[in-house]
Amino acid sequence: MTTETSNTTVEVTLNVNGVAHTREVEPRRLLSDFLRHDLRLTGTHVGCEHGVCGTCTVLVDGDPMRSCLMFAVSAQDARITTVEGLGTQDDMGPVQQAFVECHGLQCGFCTPGFVTTITAFIEENPDPTSEEAREAISGNLCRCTGYQNICKAVLRAAEIKREGANGGDGA
Amino acid sequence: MKPAPFVHHSPHTLDEAVETLREVGHDGKVLAGGQSLIPVLNMRLAQPAHLVDINRVAGLDTITVTDHFVRVGATVRHAALQRHDDAYAVLPVLRQALNNVAHPAIRNRGTTVGSIAHADAAGEMPSIAVLTNAVMEVIGPKGRREVAAGDFFEGPLQTVLEADELLEAVRFARFGPSTRTAFLESARRHGDYALAGVGVAVDVEGEGSDAVVRGARAAYVSVTDIPVVIDLTEVVAGQRISSSWDGVDELVQAGIAPEADIHASSDYRRVLAAELTRRALTGAVS
Ligand SMILES: Cc1cc2nc3c(=O)[nH]c(=O)nc-3n(C[C@H](O)[C@H](O)[C@H](O)COP(=O)(O)OP(=O)(O)OC[C@H]3O[C@@H](n4cnc5c(N)ncnc54)[C@H](O)[C@@H]3O)c2cc1C
Ligand code: FES
Ligand code: FES
Repeated sequence: MTTETSNTTVEVTLNVNGVAHTREVEPRRLLSDFLRHDLRLTGTHVGCEHGVCGTCTVLVDGDPMRSCLMFAVSAQDARITTVEGLGTQDDMGPVQQAFVECHGLQCGFCTPGFVTTITAFIEENPDPTSEEAREAISGNLCRCTGYQNICKAVLRAAEIKREGANGGDGA
Repeated sequence: MKPAPFVHHSPHTLDEAVETLREVGHDGKVLAGGQSLIPVLNMRLAQPAHLVDINRVAGLDTITVTDHFVRVGATVRHAALQRHDDAYAVLPVLRQALNNVAHPAIRNRGTTVGSIAHADAAGEMPSIAVLTNAVMEVIGPKGRREVAAGDFFEGPLQTVLEADELLEAVRFARFGPSTRTAFLESARRHGDYALAGVGVAVDVEGEGSDAVVRGARAAYVSVTDIPVVIDLTEVVAGQRISSSWDGVDELVQAGIAPEADIHASSDYRRVLAAELTRRALTGAVS
């Protein structure tokens, strides 16, 4: 009846950063590859492809998920937000701003996954303790920074967001 | 790496899911949250010809709390069960354990029922299933059947589920009002698979510092092939809640057979599991 079956290619429409994109892909197309190869949104990085490093993390209906552990076909109907959707160089989001201020990156390979993960975290917990901040990023790996500045950036991002919410100058 | 090609099936009703599994189950796999299956596909450790994606099947994403159990449907994410206040109120051990399952991004997608069907001995929720005497609701071409958690797990990554069967839901049985629970594990980072972990259910009589333990059971993570329950009643019954839990160490160490890996030796894990058990007992009653 309504069972959908597909083996060659399927038409997939995804809403990414508020824009609907339609592509013809194989069902085995990972969401991470759909974003990077089909949409050329290369802000989302790919490290391990088994869920461990966290750099491919995107927001699916606001919740952080590994884009390397989802198929593009499964992400239809959802709102996907990638790091490109969280601000621009001239108009950075609170987490991006905090990473700049706190020197939260070196090579930047891990950064997109941290930015998406922390964006969702401070939405849920606007005033975290440093213990909670550490736990929030325990699923993301960084081989450069030693994490201290990333932990600081979590707290600073929350602060910037609160200032913004109180009508202060967020940026 | 990338997965090998497969046929993707996306049934919308339970009947369609059962029918699809009847047709292709022998050469296919159920896809729930994909947080264990997709890594395996990406590494090409498995190349099923068909994936039966149950994420769009109506009605599988519900949590039901009754006087006797908490029933969790096949597409309920770990994060949804972890946040569910009514489930926490009647069966706190669910949240106590889920707090230790992977990282938030994995919990947002991975399902509790999927982790039980996956039957990884390092998973928290298979142990909680045996600790709570959960009932597995299985559906397949021959209809429905129910399997007690104690009979469900056959070996590492092996259960009594047939290839064409679906684990539709798991009913975690509630404990009586005098039972208190705790879950503790030791992992290298919060959210990583545990070196060892334990969930305890302690039956306590009386209130305050006069309270006395009537019995206790403990279920383990990462130190046995399949989730097992060790009944600690013979050594804890009659002890005060301020007890130092004499005799627990010996009973636990005799009941588990941890494997060694690069993170910890078998002996270390055995001692760790025993120590975690004593701390969890204290945590549960205090
Ligand atoms: C980085 C990382 C860390 C993790 N850490 C932990 C951890 O600390 N503790 C932990 O417990 N887990 C951990 N996991 C695994 C996670 O909890 C998975 O969500 C869970 O093991 C499987 O659930 P799933 O819904 O993702 O199942 P899937 O990956 O979709 O399926 C897993 C297997 O079960 C079968 N299956 C799934 N659902 C059903 C069903 N309803 N009926 C029949 N068969 C079914 C599938 O066919 C497949 O063989 C981790 C995963 C990752 C990637
Ligand atoms: S690439 Fe997805 S978690 Fe590493
Ligand atoms: S900045 Fe290089 S991996 Fe994190």
